Amino acid sequence: MIVAEGLAKHYGKVTALDGVDLRVPAGTVLGLLGPNGAGKTTAVRSLPPLLRPDTGRATVAGHDVLRDPAAVRKVIGLSGQYAAVDEHLTGRENLDMVGRLFHLGGKASQARAAELLERFDLVDAADRVTKTYSGGMRRRLDLAASLVARPQVIFLDEPTTGLDPRSRLGMWDVIRELVREGATLLLTTQYLEEADALADNIAIIDSGKLIAQGTANELKAQVGGERVELVVADRSEVPKAVAALESLATADPVVDEDTHMVTVQVSGGTRALADVVRELDTAGVVAQDLAFRRPTLDEVFLSLTGHSTEEGS
Amino acid sequence: MSLSYAVSDSVVITRRHLKHTTRIPELLFFSVMQPIIFILLFTVVFANAIKIPGMDYKNYMMPAIFVQTMAFATTGTAAGFADDLHKGLIDRFRSLPMARSAVLIGRLVAEAARNTLTLFIMIGAGYAVGFRFQNGLLPALGGIVLLVAFAFAFSSIGTVIGLGVKTVEAAQMAGMIWIFPLTFLSNGFVPMTSLPGWLQGIVRYSPVTAMNNALRAMFYGHGQALASPALQSVVWIAGISVVFLFLGVRQYKKAAG
Repeated sequence: MIVAEGLAKHYGKVTALDGVDLRVPAGTVLGLLGPNGAGKTTAVRSLPPLLRPDTGRATVAGHDVLRDPAAVRKVIGLSGQYAAVDEHLTGRENLDMVGRLFHLGGKASQARAAELLERFDLVDAADRVTKTYSGGMRRRLDLAASLVARPQVIFLDEPTTGLDPRSRLGMWDVIRELVREGATLLLTTQYLEEADALADNIAIIDSGKLIAQGTANELKAQVGGERVELVVADRSEVPKAVAALESLATADPVVDEDTHMVTVQVSGGTRALADVVRELDTAGVVAQDLAFRRPTLDEVFLSLTGHSTEEGS
Repeated sequence: MSLSYAVSDSVVITRRHLKHTTRIPELLFFSVMQPIIFILLFTVVFANAIKIPGMDYKNYMMPAIFVQTMAFATTGTAAGFADDLHKGLIDRFRSLPMARSAVLIGRLVAEAARNTLTLFIMIGAGYAVGFRFQNGLLPALGGIVLLVAFAFAFSSIGTVIGLGVKTVEAAQMAGMIWIFPLTFLSNGFVPMTSLPGWLQGIVRYSPVTAMNNALRAMFYGHGQALASPALQSVVWIAGISVVFLFLGVRQYKKAAG
Protein backbone atom coordinates (compact mmCIF):
# COMPACT_ATOMS: atom_id res chain seq x y z
CA MET A 1 0.00 0.00 0.00
CA ILE A 2 2.89 2.30 0.80
CA VAL A 3 6.18 1.76 -0.96
CA ALA A 4 9.11 4.14 -0.61
CA GLU A 5 12.54 3.64 -2.09
CA GLY A 6 15.71 5.54 -1.36
CA LEU A 7 14.08 8.62 0.17
CA ALA A 8 16.69 11.25 0.95
CA LYS A 9 16.34 14.83 2.08
CA HIS A 10 18.99 17.37 2.98
CA TYR A 11 18.56 20.78 4.58
CA GLY A 12 21.78 22.57 3.81
CA LYS A 13 24.44 20.45 5.46
CA VAL A 14 21.98 18.58 7.63
CA THR A 15 20.90 15.19 6.36
CA ALA A 16 17.35 14.58 7.52
CA LEU A 17 16.83 11.38 5.52
CA ASP A 18 19.59 9.25 4.11
CA GLY A 19 18.13 6.72 1.71
CA VAL A 20 15.13 5.24 3.48
CA ASP A 21 13.12 2.31 2.09
CA LEU A 22 9.70 1.60 3.53
CA ARG A 23 7.08 -0.98 2.68
CA VAL A 24 3.67 -1.13 4.31
CA PRO A 25 1.40 -3.93 3.02
CA ALA A 26 -2.34 -3.22 2.90
CA GLY A 27 -4.10 -3.58 6.23
CA THR A 28 -0.94 -3.51 8.32
CA VAL A 29 0.67 -1.01 10.65
CA LEU A 30 4.26 0.08 10.26
CA GLY A 31 5.74 1.75 13.31
CA LEU A 32 8.56 4.10 12.46
CA LEU A 33 10.51 4.26 15.66
CA GLY A 34 13.31 6.61 16.53
CA PRO A 35 14.45 9.41 18.82
CA ASN A 36 13.72 13.10 18.25
CA GLY A 37 15.42 14.37 15.13
CA ALA A 38 15.95 10.90 13.68
CA GLY A 39 14.02 11.76 10.51
CA LYS A 40 10.64 10.24 11.30
CA THR A 41 8.64 13.37 10.53
CA THR A 42 10.60 14.09 7.36
CA ALA A 43 9.89 10.55 6.18
CA VAL A 44 6.16 10.86 6.87
CA ARG A 45 5.93 14.32 5.34
CA SER A 46 7.47 13.17 2.08
CA LEU A 47 4.63 10.73 1.43
CA PRO A 48 1.36 12.77 1.36
CA PRO A 49 3.59 14.63 0.02
CA LEU A 50 4.10 17.77 2.10
CA LEU A 51 7.71 18.07 1.13
CA ARG A 52 9.68 16.95 -1.84
CA PRO A 53 12.51 14.52 -1.17
CA ASP A 54 15.81 15.26 -2.94
CA THR A 55 15.98 11.74 -4.28
CA GLY A 56 13.96 8.58 -4.09
CA ARG A 57 10.48 7.62 -5.15
CA ALA A 58 7.32 6.48 -3.43
CA THR A 59 3.83 5.27 -4.20
CA VAL A 60 0.78 5.34 -1.95
CA ALA A 61 -2.14 3.09 -2.92
CA GLY A 62 -0.55 2.75 -6.34
CA HIS A 63 -0.25 6.50 -6.99
CA ASP A 64 3.17 8.04 -7.47
CA VAL A 65 3.46 10.71 -4.78
CA LEU A 66 5.57 13.06 -6.87
CA ARG A 67 3.84 12.63 -10.22
CA ASP A 68 0.27 12.45 -9.01
CA PRO A 69 0.04 14.02 -5.55
CA ALA A 70 -3.60 14.98 -6.12
CA ALA A 71 -4.61 11.32 -6.42
CA VAL A 72 -2.63 10.50 -3.27
CA ARG A 73 -4.40 13.23 -1.28
CA LYS A 74 -7.78 11.73 -2.08
CA VAL A 75 -7.01 8.42 -0.39
CA ILE A 76 -4.97 9.44 2.64
CA GLY A 77 -5.55 10.91 6.05
CA LEU A 78 -2.81 12.77 7.84
CA SER A 79 -2.58 13.62 11.49
CA GLY A 80 0.50 15.65 12.22
CA GLN A 81 2.59 16.13 15.30
CA TYR A 82 0.60 19.13 16.47
CA ALA A 83 -3.15 18.88 16.68
CA ALA A 84 -3.95 20.86 13.54
CA VAL A 85 -7.40 22.12 14.41
CA ASP A 86 -8.75 25.64 14.11
CA GLU A 87 -9.00 26.80 17.71
CA HIS A 88 -11.65 29.43 16.97
CA LEU A 89 -14.01 26.96 15.36
CA THR A 90 -16.03 24.35 17.22
CA GLY A 91 -15.21 20.66 16.91
CA ARG A 92 -18.18 20.18 14.64
CA GLU A 93 -17.22 23.13 12.43
CA ASN A 94 -13.67 21.82 12.10
CA LEU A 95 -14.83 18.42 10.86
CA ASP A 96 -17.50 19.94 8.64
CA MET A 97 -14.89 22.21 7.03
CA VAL A 98 -12.60 19.27 6.27
CA GLY A 99 -15.51 17.32 4.76
CA ARG A 100 -16.40 20.19 2.47
CA LEU A 101 -12.78 20.58 1.41
CA PHE A 102 -12.83 16.87 0.52
CA HIS A 103 -15.81 17.82 -1.68
CA LEU A 104 -18.20 15.52 0.15
CA GLY A 105 -20.90 18.19 -0.06
CA GLY A 106 -22.63 20.04 2.74
CA LYS A 107 -25.08 17.42 3.90
CA ALA A 108 -22.65 14.50 3.84
CA SER A 109 -20.02 16.63 5.59
CA GLN A 110 -22.39 17.43 8.43
CA ALA A 111 -23.49 13.82 8.77
CA ARG A 112 -19.90 12.59 8.76
CA ALA A 113 -18.92 15.22 11.36
CA ALA A 114 -21.72 14.08 13.67
CA GLU A 115 -20.67 10.45 13.21
CA LEU A 116 -17.04 11.14 14.05
CA LEU A 117 -17.88 13.31 17.05
CA GLU A 118 -19.88 10.40 18.39
CA ARG A 119 -17.17 7.89 17.71
CA PHE A 120 -14.41 10.00 19.28
CA ASP A 121 -16.45 10.79 22.36
CA LEU A 122 -16.65 14.50 21.59
CA VAL A 123 -20.41 14.92 21.42
CA ASP A 124 -20.64 17.00 24.61
CA ALA A 125 -17.89 19.32 23.40
CA ALA A 126 -19.00 19.34 19.76
CA ASP A 127 -20.30 22.90 19.75
CA ARG A 128 -17.58 24.47 21.86
CA VAL A 129 -14.64 26.22 20.22
CA THR A 130 -11.65 23.88 20.33
CA LYS A 131 -9.58 26.44 22.24
CA THR A 132 -11.41 25.12 25.30
CA TYR A 133 -10.48 21.48 24.57
CA SER A 134 -7.90 19.50 26.54
CA GLY A 135 -4.80 18.23 24.75
CA GLY A 136 -6.28 14.74 24.46
CA MET A 137 -9.54 16.05 23.03
CA ARG A 138 -7.70 18.11 20.43
CA ARG A 139 -5.68 15.11 19.37
CA ARG A 140 -8.82 13.04 19.03
CA LEU A 141 -10.44 15.77 16.97
CA ASP A 142 -7.34 16.02 14.82
CA LEU A 143 -7.39 12.28 14.24
CA ALA A 144 -11.11 12.47 13.48
CA ALA A 145 -10.38 15.20 10.92
CA SER A 146 -7.93 12.90 9.16
CA LEU A 147 -10.62 10.20 8.92
CA VAL A 148 -13.40 12.34 7.44
CA ALA A 149 -13.09 10.90 3.94
CA ARG A 150 -12.56 7.29 5.13
CA PRO A 151 -8.97 7.13 3.89
CA GLN A 152 -7.38 3.84 2.89
CA VAL A 153 -4.01 4.98 4.16
CA ILE A 154 -3.46 6.90 7.38
CA PHE A 155 -0.31 8.70 8.45
CA LEU A 156 0.02 9.41 12.14
CA ASP A 157 2.99 11.46 13.23
CA GLU A 158 3.61 10.87 16.93
CA PRO A 159 -0.09 10.55 17.77
CA THR A 160 0.40 10.36 21.53
CA THR A 161 3.34 12.68 22.17
CA GLY A 162 2.43 15.05 24.96
CA LEU A 163 -0.63 13.13 26.10
CA ASP A 164 -1.18 11.93 29.64
CA PRO A 165 -1.16 8.14 30.13
CA ARG A 166 -4.94 7.78 30.13
CA SER A 167 -5.39 9.77 26.93
CA ARG A 168 -2.60 7.76 25.39
CA LEU A 169 -4.33 4.47 26.11
CA GLY A 170 -7.56 5.93 24.72
CA MET A 171 -5.70 6.88 21.54
CA TRP A 172 -4.27 3.36 21.29
CA ASP A 173 -7.78 1.92 21.40
CA VAL A 174 -8.87 4.23 18.61
CA ILE A 175 -5.88 3.28 16.48
CA ARG A 176 -6.46 -0.44 17.05
CA GLU A 177 -10.03 0.00 15.92
CA LEU A 178 -8.88 1.66 12.70
CA VAL A 179 -6.66 -1.32 12.02
CA ARG A 180 -9.49 -3.76 12.67
CA GLU A 181 -11.49 -1.88 10.06
CA GLY A 182 -8.75 -2.57 7.56
CA ALA A 183 -6.84 0.70 7.37
CA THR A 184 -3.19 0.78 6.42
CA LEU A 185 -1.21 2.82 8.90
CA LEU A 186 2.18 4.46 9.03
CA LEU A 187 2.77 5.58 12.54
CA THR A 188 5.79 7.33 13.98
CA THR A 189 6.65 7.21 17.63
CA GLN A 190 9.51 7.67 20.00
CA TYR A 191 7.90 5.32 22.48
CA LEU A 192 9.02 1.75 22.19
CA GLU A 193 6.04 0.34 24.01
CA GLU A 194 3.78 2.18 21.58
CA ALA A 195 5.42 0.55 18.56
CA ASP A 196 5.28 -2.76 20.40
CA ALA A 197 1.59 -2.35 21.20
CA LEU A 198 0.35 -1.09 17.83
CA ALA A 199 2.64 -2.02 14.98
CA ASP A 200 2.80 -5.22 12.93
CA ASN A 201 6.19 -4.22 11.65
CA ILE A 202 8.69 -1.85 13.16
CA ALA A 203 11.32 0.16 11.33
CA ILE A 204 13.97 1.70 13.54
CA ILE A 205 15.37 4.96 12.26
CA ASP A 206 18.33 6.85 13.61
CA SER A 207 20.12 9.85 12.08
CA GLY A 208 18.10 9.57 8.89
CA LYS A 209 18.93 5.90 8.27
CA LEU A 210 16.91 2.75 8.79
CA ILE A 211 18.98 0.56 11.04
CA ALA A 212 16.63 -2.38 11.54
CA GLN A 213 13.28 -3.60 10.32
CA GLY A 214 11.03 -6.48 11.29
CA THR A 215 8.29 -7.56 13.64
CA ALA A 216 8.72 -6.79 17.32
CA ASN A 217 9.53 -10.48 17.83
CA GLU A 218 12.17 -10.54 15.13
CA LEU A 219 13.82 -7.42 16.47
CA LYS A 220 13.84 -8.82 19.99
CA ALA A 221 15.34 -12.07 18.73
CA GLN A 222 18.17 -10.04 17.18
CA VAL A 223 19.51 -9.09 20.57
CA GLY A 224 19.72 -12.56 21.99
CA GLY A 225 17.78 -14.65 24.42
CA GLU A 226 15.60 -14.10 27.41
CA ARG A 227 16.35 -12.04 30.45
CA VAL A 228 16.10 -13.11 34.05
CA GLU A 229 15.56 -10.25 36.46
CA LEU A 230 15.97 -10.77 40.15
CA VAL A 231 15.75 -8.43 43.09
CA VAL A 232 17.58 -9.22 46.32
CA ALA A 233 16.76 -7.86 49.76
CA ASP A 234 20.04 -6.13 50.45
CA ARG A 235 22.73 -4.43 48.46
CA SER A 236 25.36 -6.69 49.97
CA GLU A 237 23.64 -9.68 48.39
CA VAL A 238 24.08 -8.28 44.86
CA PRO A 239 27.69 -9.46 44.26
CA LYS A 240 26.80 -12.90 45.59
CA ALA A 241 23.90 -13.14 43.16
CA VAL A 242 26.03 -11.97 40.25
CA ALA A 243 28.72 -14.52 41.09
CA ALA A 244 26.16 -17.32 41.35
CA LEU A 245 24.72 -16.61 37.92
CA GLU A 246 27.97 -15.97 36.10
CA SER A 247 28.12 -19.46 34.63
CA LEU A 248 24.62 -19.18 33.13
CA ALA A 249 24.87 -15.64 31.71
CA THR A 250 25.38 -15.27 27.97
CA ALA A 251 26.37 -11.62 28.41
CA ASP A 252 27.63 -9.43 31.25
CA PRO A 253 24.92 -9.11 33.92
CA VAL A 254 23.41 -5.63 34.32
CA VAL A 255 23.18 -4.39 37.89
CA ASP A 256 20.96 -1.63 39.22
CA GLU A 257 22.45 -0.78 42.63
CA ASP A 258 19.53 1.36 43.77
CA THR A 259 16.83 -1.25 43.34
CA HIS A 260 19.19 -4.23 44.00
CA MET A 261 18.19 -5.64 40.67
CA VAL A 262 20.33 -7.96 38.60
CA THR A 263 19.44 -8.62 34.97
CA VAL A 264 21.04 -11.62 33.34
CA GLN A 265 20.79 -12.63 29.73
CA VAL A 266 20.27 -16.39 29.39
CA SER A 267 19.52 -18.93 26.71
CA GLY A 268 17.48 -22.11 26.74
CA GLY A 269 14.03 -20.82 27.63
CA THR A 270 12.40 -21.73 30.89
CA ARG A 271 14.95 -24.45 31.51
CA ALA A 272 17.42 -21.65 32.16
CA LEU A 273 15.05 -20.34 34.80
CA ALA A 274 15.26 -23.64 36.68
CA ASP A 275 19.06 -23.45 36.49
CA VAL A 276 18.96 -19.91 37.85
CA VAL A 277 16.87 -20.95 40.83
CA ARG A 278 19.19 -23.91 41.53
CA GLU A 279 22.33 -21.75 41.36
CA LEU A 280 20.81 -19.14 43.66
CA ASP A 281 19.81 -21.84 46.11
CA THR A 282 23.30 -23.33 46.11
CA ALA A 283 24.83 -19.91 46.75
CA GLY A 284 22.34 -19.22 49.52
CA VAL A 285 20.86 -16.16 47.84
CA VAL A 286 17.17 -15.51 48.41
CA ALA A 287 15.46 -13.46 45.72
CA GLN A 288 12.59 -11.20 46.69
CA ASP A 289 11.41 -10.99 43.14
CA LEU A 290 12.25 -13.10 40.15
CA ALA A 291 11.11 -12.46 36.60
CA PHE A 292 11.66 -14.18 33.30
CA ARG A 293 11.10 -12.11 30.17
CA ARG A 294 12.09 -11.52 26.60
CA PRO A 295 14.19 -8.47 25.73
CA THR A 296 12.34 -5.16 25.56
CA LEU A 297 12.49 -2.92 22.51
CA ASP A 298 14.47 -0.55 24.72
CA GLU A 299 17.21 -3.13 24.89
CA VAL A 300 16.91 -3.69 21.15
CA PHE A 301 17.28 -0.01 20.47
CA LEU A 302 20.22 0.35 22.82
CA SER A 303 22.07 -2.57 21.31
CA LEU A 304 21.47 -1.34 17.74
CA THR A 305 22.29 2.32 18.16
CA GLY A 306 24.49 2.44 21.22
CA HIS A 307 22.13 4.95 22.83
CA SER A 308 18.63 4.88 24.23
CA THR A 309 15.63 6.51 22.55
CA GLU A 310 15.41 9.29 25.09
CA GLU A 311 18.92 10.58 24.52
CA GLY A 312 18.34 11.53 20.92
CA SER A 313 20.92 11.20 18.21
CA MET B 1 -13.99 21.22 -12.61
CA SER B 2 -10.88 22.58 -10.97
CA LEU B 3 -12.16 26.14 -11.31
CA SER B 4 -15.44 25.33 -9.63
CA TYR B 5 -13.50 23.63 -6.82
CA ALA B 6 -11.29 26.70 -6.55
CA VAL B 7 -14.43 28.78 -6.01
CA SER B 8 -16.28 26.41 -3.67
CA ASP B 9 -13.13 25.68 -1.60
CA SER B 10 -12.47 29.41 -1.32
CA VAL B 11 -16.00 29.91 -0.04
CA VAL B 12 -15.39 27.28 2.67
CA ILE B 13 -12.20 29.05 3.76
CA THR B 14 -13.86 32.48 3.63
CA ARG B 15 -16.57 31.19 5.97
CA ARG B 16 -13.89 29.96 8.33
CA HIS B 17 -12.35 33.41 8.57
CA LEU B 18 -15.63 35.25 8.83
CA LYS B 19 -16.47 33.05 11.81
CA HIS B 20 -13.15 34.07 13.33
CA THR B 21 -14.23 37.70 13.15
CA THR B 22 -17.25 37.03 15.31
CA ARG B 23 -15.31 34.72 17.67
CA ILE B 24 -12.44 37.16 18.26
CA PRO B 25 -14.22 40.51 18.57
CA GLU B 26 -11.19 42.08 20.22
CA LEU B 27 -9.28 41.73 16.96
CA LEU B 28 -11.83 43.79 15.08
CA PHE B 29 -12.03 46.22 17.98
CA PHE B 30 -8.31 47.00 17.94
CA SER B 31 -8.02 47.10 14.18
CA VAL B 32 -10.76 49.75 14.22
CA MET B 33 -9.46 51.63 17.25
CA GLN B 34 -6.11 52.38 15.66
CA PRO B 35 -7.46 54.36 12.71
CA ILE B 36 -10.00 56.13 14.92
CA ILE B 37 -7.17 57.25 17.20
CA PHE B 38 -5.29 58.42 14.11
CA ILE B 39 -8.27 60.37 12.84
CA LEU B 40 -8.71 62.10 16.18
CA LEU B 41 -4.99 62.74 16.68
CA PHE B 42 -4.39 64.25 13.29
CA THR B 43 -7.50 66.35 13.20
CA VAL B 44 -6.98 67.71 16.72
CA VAL B 45 -3.19 68.11 16.70
CA PHE B 46 -2.42 69.12 13.14
CA ALA B 47 -5.65 70.69 11.92
CA ASN B 48 -4.42 74.23 12.48
CA ALA B 49 -0.69 73.62 12.20
CA ILE B 50 -0.66 72.47 8.60
CA LYS B 51 -2.22 74.75 6.03
CA ILE B 52 -3.20 73.34 2.69
CA PRO B 53 -4.03 75.94 0.08
CA GLY B 54 -7.63 75.69 -1.00
CA MET B 55 -8.55 72.81 1.30
CA ASP B 56 -9.43 72.01 4.88
CA TYR B 57 -6.61 69.89 6.38
CA LYS B 58 -9.07 67.41 7.86
CA ASN B 59 -10.40 66.60 4.44
CA TYR B 60 -6.91 66.68 2.97
CA MET B 61 -5.49 63.98 5.21
CA MET B 62 -8.59 61.80 5.64
CA PRO B 63 -7.99 59.79 2.40
CA ALA B 64 -4.41 59.21 3.55
CA ILE B 65 -5.61 57.70 6.82
CA PHE B 66 -7.97 55.43 4.90
CA VAL B 67 -5.13 54.38 2.60
CA GLN B 68 -2.77 53.82 5.52
CA THR B 69 -5.29 51.68 7.39
CA MET B 70 -5.93 49.58 4.30
CA ALA B 71 -2.17 49.15 3.81
CA PHE B 72 -2.00 47.76 7.35
CA ALA B 73 -4.07 44.81 6.08
CA THR B 74 -0.67 43.32 5.28
CA THR B 75 0.09 42.77 8.97
CA GLY B 76 -3.10 40.89 9.75
CA THR B 77 -2.75 38.61 6.75
CA ALA B 78 0.91 37.91 7.43
CA ALA B 79 0.27 37.10 11.10
CA GLY B 80 -2.72 34.93 10.19
CA PHE B 81 -0.79 32.81 7.72
CA ALA B 82 2.19 32.52 10.06
CA ASP B 83 -0.18 31.32 12.78
CA ASP B 84 -1.82 28.74 10.49
CA LEU B 85 1.61 27.53 9.44
CA HIS B 86 2.82 27.32 13.03
CA LYS B 87 -0.27 25.43 14.23
CA GLY B 88 -0.05 22.86 11.46
CA LEU B 89 -3.24 24.00 9.71
CA ILE B 90 -1.40 24.72 6.48
CA ASP B 91 -0.15 21.11 6.59
CA ARG B 92 -3.70 19.94 7.13
CA PHE B 93 -4.99 21.95 4.16
CA ARG B 94 -2.09 20.83 1.99
CA SER B 95 -2.89 17.20 2.71
CA LEU B 96 -6.47 17.67 1.46
CA PRO B 97 -7.47 17.29 -2.19
CA MET B 98 -8.60 20.94 -2.29
CA ALA B 99 -7.75 23.74 -4.69
CA ARG B 100 -4.26 25.08 -4.03
CA SER B 101 -5.30 28.71 -4.31
CA ALA B 102 -8.34 28.47 -2.02
CA VAL B 103 -6.51 28.87 1.27
CA LEU B 104 -5.14 32.20 0.01
CA ILE B 105 -8.16 33.50 -1.87
CA GLY B 106 -10.56 32.45 0.89
CA ARG B 107 -8.66 34.41 3.52
CA LEU B 108 -8.20 37.46 1.30
CA VAL B 109 -11.91 37.62 0.51
CA ALA B 110 -12.83 37.38 4.19
CA GLU B 111 -10.34 40.11 4.95
CA ALA B 112 -11.78 42.30 2.22
CA ALA B 113 -15.15 41.99 3.96
CA ARG B 114 -13.56 42.88 7.28
CA ASN B 115 -11.73 45.83 5.73
CA THR B 116 -14.96 47.12 4.24
CA LEU B 117 -16.50 47.10 7.69
CA THR B 118 -13.45 48.88 9.16
CA LEU B 119 -13.69 51.47 6.42
CA PHE B 120 -17.34 52.26 7.14
CA ILE B 121 -16.62 52.63 10.84
CA MET B 122 -13.80 55.02 9.98
CA ILE B 123 -16.03 57.03 7.70
CA GLY B 124 -18.46 57.31 10.59
CA ALA B 125 -15.68 58.53 12.87
CA GLY B 126 -14.59 60.94 10.16
CA TYR B 127 -18.06 62.38 9.90
CA ALA B 128 -18.01 62.99 13.66
CA VAL B 129 -14.96 65.26 13.31
CA GLY B 130 -16.11 67.14 10.22
CA PHE B 131 -15.08 65.02 7.22
CA ARG B 132 -17.64 65.13 4.39
CA PHE B 133 -18.00 63.54 0.96
CA GLN B 134 -18.43 66.55 -1.32
CA ASN B 135 -18.65 65.02 -4.76
CA GLY B 136 -21.76 62.87 -4.73
CA LEU B 137 -22.53 59.29 -3.85
CA LEU B 138 -21.23 57.37 -6.84
CA PRO B 139 -17.69 58.74 -6.81
CA ALA B 140 -17.62 58.20 -3.03
CA LEU B 141 -18.61 54.55 -3.48
CA GLY B 142 -16.03 54.24 -6.24
CA GLY B 143 -13.41 55.48 -3.79
CA ILE B 144 -14.49 52.92 -1.19
CA VAL B 145 -14.21 50.11 -3.73
CA LEU B 146 -10.76 51.35 -4.69
CA LEU B 147 -9.71 51.32 -1.02
CA VAL B 148 -10.95 47.77 -0.48
CA ALA B 149 -9.12 46.64 -3.60
CA PHE B 150 -5.99 48.40 -2.34
CA ALA B 151 -6.28 46.46 0.96
CA PHE B 152 -6.67 43.22 -1.02
CA ALA B 153 -3.43 43.94 -2.88
CA PHE B 154 -1.57 44.62 0.35
CA SER B 155 -3.06 41.49 1.96
CA SER B 156 -1.59 39.50 -0.88
CA ILE B 157 1.82 40.91 0.09
CA GLY B 158 1.07 39.67 3.61
CA THR B 159 0.48 36.19 2.21
CA VAL B 160 4.04 35.96 1.00
CA ILE B 161 5.41 37.36 4.27
CA GLY B 162 3.29 35.10 6.48
CA LEU B 163 4.19 31.92 4.63
CA GLY B 164 7.83 32.93 4.44
CA VAL B 165 8.79 33.67 8.04
CA LYS B 166 9.03 31.29 10.98
CA THR B 167 6.99 32.99 13.71
CA VAL B 168 3.87 35.09 14.13
CA GLU B 169 5.88 37.88 15.75
CA ALA B 170 8.30 38.04 12.84
CA ALA B 171 5.36 38.10 10.42
CA GLN B 172 3.83 41.01 12.30
CA MET B 173 7.07 43.00 12.26
CA ALA B 174 7.82 42.20 8.64
CA GLY B 175 4.29 43.15 7.66
CA MET B 176 4.38 46.47 9.48
CA ILE B 177 7.83 47.94 9.43
CA TRP B 178 7.70 49.40 5.92
CA ILE B 179 4.08 50.61 6.02
CA PHE B 180 4.75 53.87 7.88
CA PRO B 181 7.60 54.96 5.59
CA LEU B 182 5.53 53.98 2.57
CA THR B 183 2.42 55.88 3.62
CA PHE B 184 4.22 58.92 5.01
CA LEU B 185 6.46 59.26 1.98
CA SER B 186 3.51 60.44 -0.06
CA ASN B 187 1.40 63.53 -0.40
CA GLY B 188 -0.98 62.11 2.21
CA PHE B 189 -0.23 64.27 5.22
CA VAL B 190 1.78 67.15 3.76
CA PRO B 191 1.73 68.62 0.26
CA MET B 192 4.29 67.27 -2.13
CA THR B 193 5.88 70.71 -2.53
CA SER B 194 6.95 70.77 1.11
CA LEU B 195 9.16 67.72 0.63
CA PRO B 196 12.84 67.94 -0.38
CA GLY B 197 13.31 67.89 -4.14
CA TRP B 198 14.99 64.49 -4.38
CA LEU B 199 12.18 62.94 -2.36
CA GLN B 200 9.50 64.45 -4.58
CA GLY B 201 10.86 62.38 -7.44
CA ILE B 202 10.15 59.18 -5.49
CA VAL B 203 6.91 60.26 -3.87
CA ARG B 204 5.43 61.25 -7.20
CA TYR B 205 5.42 57.61 -8.32
CA SER B 206 4.31 56.04 -5.04
CA PRO B 207 1.12 53.96 -5.21
CA VAL B 208 0.05 55.75 -2.03
CA THR B 209 0.30 59.13 -3.77
CA ALA B 210 -1.74 57.79 -6.66
CA MET B 211 -4.39 56.58 -4.21
CA ASN B 212 -4.44 59.88 -2.32
CA ASN B 213 -4.91 61.86 -5.52
CA ALA B 214 -7.58 59.50 -6.81
CA LEU B 215 -9.52 59.59 -3.56
CA ARG B 216 -9.32 63.37 -3.25
CA ALA B 217 -10.74 63.62 -6.73
CA MET B 218 -13.47 61.10 -5.96
CA PHE B 219 -14.44 62.36 -2.53
CA TYR B 220 -14.13 66.13 -3.07
CA GLY B 221 -13.76 66.67 -6.79
CA HIS B 222 -10.38 68.10 -5.82
CA GLY B 223 -7.38 68.39 -8.08
CA GLN B 224 -7.09 67.90 -11.79
CA ALA B 225 -8.44 65.02 -13.76
CA LEU B 226 -9.49 61.89 -11.89
CA ALA B 227 -8.57 59.55 -14.71
CA SER B 228 -4.82 59.60 -14.35
CA PRO B 229 -4.43 58.91 -10.60
CA ALA B 230 -7.32 56.42 -10.60
CA LEU B 231 -5.76 54.55 -13.49
CA GLN B 232 -2.37 54.57 -11.79
CA SER B 233 -3.97 53.19 -8.62
CA VAL B 234 -5.75 50.42 -10.49
CA VAL B 235 -2.56 49.44 -12.28
CA TRP B 236 -0.67 49.35 -8.99
CA ILE B 237 -3.40 47.30 -7.30
CA ALA B 238 -3.63 44.81 -10.16
CA GLY B 239 0.14 44.53 -10.47
CA ILE B 240 0.74 43.96 -6.76
CA SER B 241 -2.12 41.45 -6.50
CA VAL B 242 -1.03 39.37 -9.48
CA VAL B 243 2.64 39.24 -8.53
CA PHE B 244 2.13 38.49 -4.86
CA LEU B 245 -0.71 36.02 -5.32
CA PHE B 246 1.48 34.12 -7.75
CA LEU B 247 4.37 34.13 -5.27
CA GLY B 248 2.00 33.31 -2.41
CA VAL B 249 0.51 30.24 -4.10
CA ARG B 250 3.99 29.06 -5.02
CA GLN B 251 5.12 29.45 -1.43
CA TYR B 252 1.99 27.72 -0.13
CA LYS B 253 2.68 24.69 -2.28
CA LYS B 254 6.05 24.14 -0.72
CA ALA B 255 5.49 25.73 2.68
CA ALA B 256 7.82 23.81 4.96
CA GLY B 257 7.36 23.48 8.70
